[in-house]
Amino acid sequence: MAAAPTTPADVDQGLRSVGYLPSASAALVSLLAIKLGKPVLVEGPAGVGKTELAKALSKYLGRELVRLQCYEGLDEAKALYEWNYRKQLLRIQAEASGTGWEDVQEDIFGEEFLLERPLMTAIASPDPVVLLIDEIDKTDQEFEAMLLEVLSDFQLSIPELGTVKAKTHPVVLLTSNNTRELTEALKRRCLYLWLDYPDTEHELEIVRLHAPELDETVARKLVEIVGMVRELDLKKPPSIAESIDWARALLLLGAGDIDGETFTNTLSVIVKHRTDLDIVAERVGVKLPRPV
Amino acid sequence: MPAGPPAGFAARIVELGEELRDEGMQVGTTGLLDAFAALEAVGWTDPEIFREALSATLAKSPEDRRVFELVFDRWLFRAAEQAAVDLAVKESERGDGTDASELDGAPSEREFDISELNLDVLRQQIAAALRDGSEGAMRDLARLAIAAFGQQGNGSGVIGVDVQRIRRALGLRAEPQPDLPEDDPRRDGLPREQLRRFEQILRRELERGQIERTEQLPAKRALSELDRALPTGAVQDLAAIHRVVAQLKRRLKTQGQEQRGRKRRVHVDVRRTMRASLETGGVPVVIKTKPMRPRRPEIFVLCDVSTSVTSASVFFLSVMHALHDSFRKMRSFVFIERVSEVTETFTKERDFRAVSEAIGRDAGVADISGYTDYGRVWSEFRALVEDELHPRATVIVLGDARTNGRDPRADTFAAIAAKAGRTFWLNPEPRLYWNYGDSVISAYEEHCQAFECWTTTQLEDFVKALTQPVGR
Repeated sequence: MAAAPTTPADVDQGLRSVGYLPSASAALVSLLAIKLGKPVLVEGPAGVGKTELAKALSKYLGRELVRLQCYEGLDEAKALYEWNYRKQLLRIQAEASGTGWEDVQEDIFGEEFLLERPLMTAIASPDPVVLLIDEIDKTDQEFEAMLLEVLSDFQLSIPELGTVKAKTHPVVLLTSNNTRELTEALKRRCLYLWLDYPDTEHELEIVRLHAPELDETVARKLVEIVGMVRELDLKKPPSIAESIDWARALLLLGAGDIDGETFTNTLSVIVKHRTDLDIVAERVGVKLPRPV
Repeated sequence: MPAGPPAGFAARIVELGEELRDEGMQVGTTGLLDAFAALEAVGWTDPEIFREALSATLAKSPEDRRVFELVFDRWLFRAAEQAAVDLAVKESERGDGTDASELDGAPSEREFDISELNLDVLRQQIAAALRDGSEGAMRDLARLAIAAFGQQGNGSGVIGVDVQRIRRALGLRAEPQPDLPEDDPRRDGLPREQLRRFEQILRRELERGQIERTEQLPAKRALSELDRALPTGAVQDLAAIHRVVAQLKRRLKTQGQEQRGRKRRVHVDVRRTMRASLETGGVPVVIKTKPMRPRRPEIFVLCDVSTSVTSASVFFLSVMHALHDSFRKMRSFVFIERVSEVTETFTKERDFRAVSEAIGRDAGVADISGYTDYGRVWSEFRALVEDELHPRATVIVLGDARTNGRDPRADTFAAIAAKAGRTFWLNPEPRLYWNYGDSVISAYEEHCQAFECWTTTQLEDFVKALTQPVGR
């Protein structure tokens, strides 16, 4: 485990060392999350590295990453804990008939029969972890309300067992694509980090990190084109992940330059909608030189 | 660990919280406590970190963040200037490490000999700084520029005017200026964002000078709606609009139910009561009532698609598109000089893009000039739907009420409004511009409820008004 960071520069360095180039605010907010022990709500367009940030943090801090992927209809049994029903049944059957109900009840609602789900794992873990609650906006408000106890006090109430308190303080990241307004109560308990598309220099650095073999001038051109494409009015603007994919695709093709033809051929790597394809080909494609 | 903050620091942060609340942000005590904890953890001496730490703890959505940034700038500037006034620090005395310059993180004073200023060199330097986007250089050069123009006695006393004057005199433009020599940085045009930033710095510096002369702070201005609007793409808007309209649909659906509870009065269904009474030998023990039917609104939407509202008509067409998904009894019309019904286009085509193309192609609403003719539109619309208007119908007009000098024919509009139950007008222009130039919204406003509507928030306000239960 790395030494506890004290300045944003430490975090910046640390995250860089595990292959994530954070923006200034991302480094700062991560530091605050570690120091204050508050959950962080990370919002931003899809594919700007929200989930990656959590992964990088866990790598950098040498902590285990516990991930809870949210979806519509996610409930307590999938997120917190569940009683191992089959094991309980077996236990009852194995018990000699002489034992009273009281004893059996004491017995089968013990920790042995508890199936830990991600939130429970994160809280009960003896070593500090990084807890990632991904795409929180996909769940419903009731689930959010249930999270409040976990997020503010880091404890869980299980009716049969009592309260389980966190032994260590996890670093909690919640990500959201902003498809739904989250409740004020949840926001109040979190620090807020808005991750946006990076500026040209920053993105160039990221692309170069992930595709180091790519020629610098080509990489720069690539990033500039992606920037141009993002300015257009698209259904799904290309994300950082897509620029990296594109860089790798160009490497595979052995392209020495991005001209009109390569662009049209590889366009589908960065643009994923039929209508978007037309717009991009129309607006950006024509600006590139055609091979003679 | 950095040294503790100076006395009175906490009060200032709380002040910032107050200002944010005034601008409509929800800043709770917990948020402020978090802010203090955060500052304790990262220190408060680095301006960038200071700002980020505060924004992470106080501003919790993209909209809030935008407001926060504007308010923070204003607050920091005012706090620094207030400190300068309190301590009676003058520009000439700065640089020897007084509190004020430390607070606002101003760059150390460079010594410039103003008498040697060469305007042409200055122009080049400023343009170069703008192109490279170096903040510190821009600030220093802004001061120089002010000094140079102050010398010429060009100050008008009004800051906004001075800023534009200086900018023009420097020849700073966003458009390329091909007649300039090759090596001039202004030749290819300057980045718009940087230009705006420079103007901001100029304004700041001019204000600073003014405060120093008068030794008091000018009155605080609230943020205008235009400043705080987030620049968003039309597609995102489309999603937001659909969300708002979905809300509208839900409201309209539950509206009937609400009334059911409130309206105790029911009608006895004599026929069914008599039939039921047969079971009890003709004594009507069980009273059967007529079921309450929730009100189904019938909506007529008129949308201006002329050039004066080009940007807004995309917004409005998408509103119409979303409305069509929600209401079965809805008829849509588009107009410029004439009215044309497009209900079928909307019901046939699911894709918004196809709809707007189809409307542009065959609506045939432009006659000769392509300018809106409200008078003619009203009379045509009236002829079209007069027999179908009834007190339960709702008429919604989307347009800027700019008649291009033609007769507004408010009387015809009044006749339509009188026949329809409710009439709403959505104007895509900020209320500030209403009734200026050829806008005649006041003539129509007498007969309908007019709303300014150019953001989705305002659309939500309209939805609230539209779905208010009618006392009938």
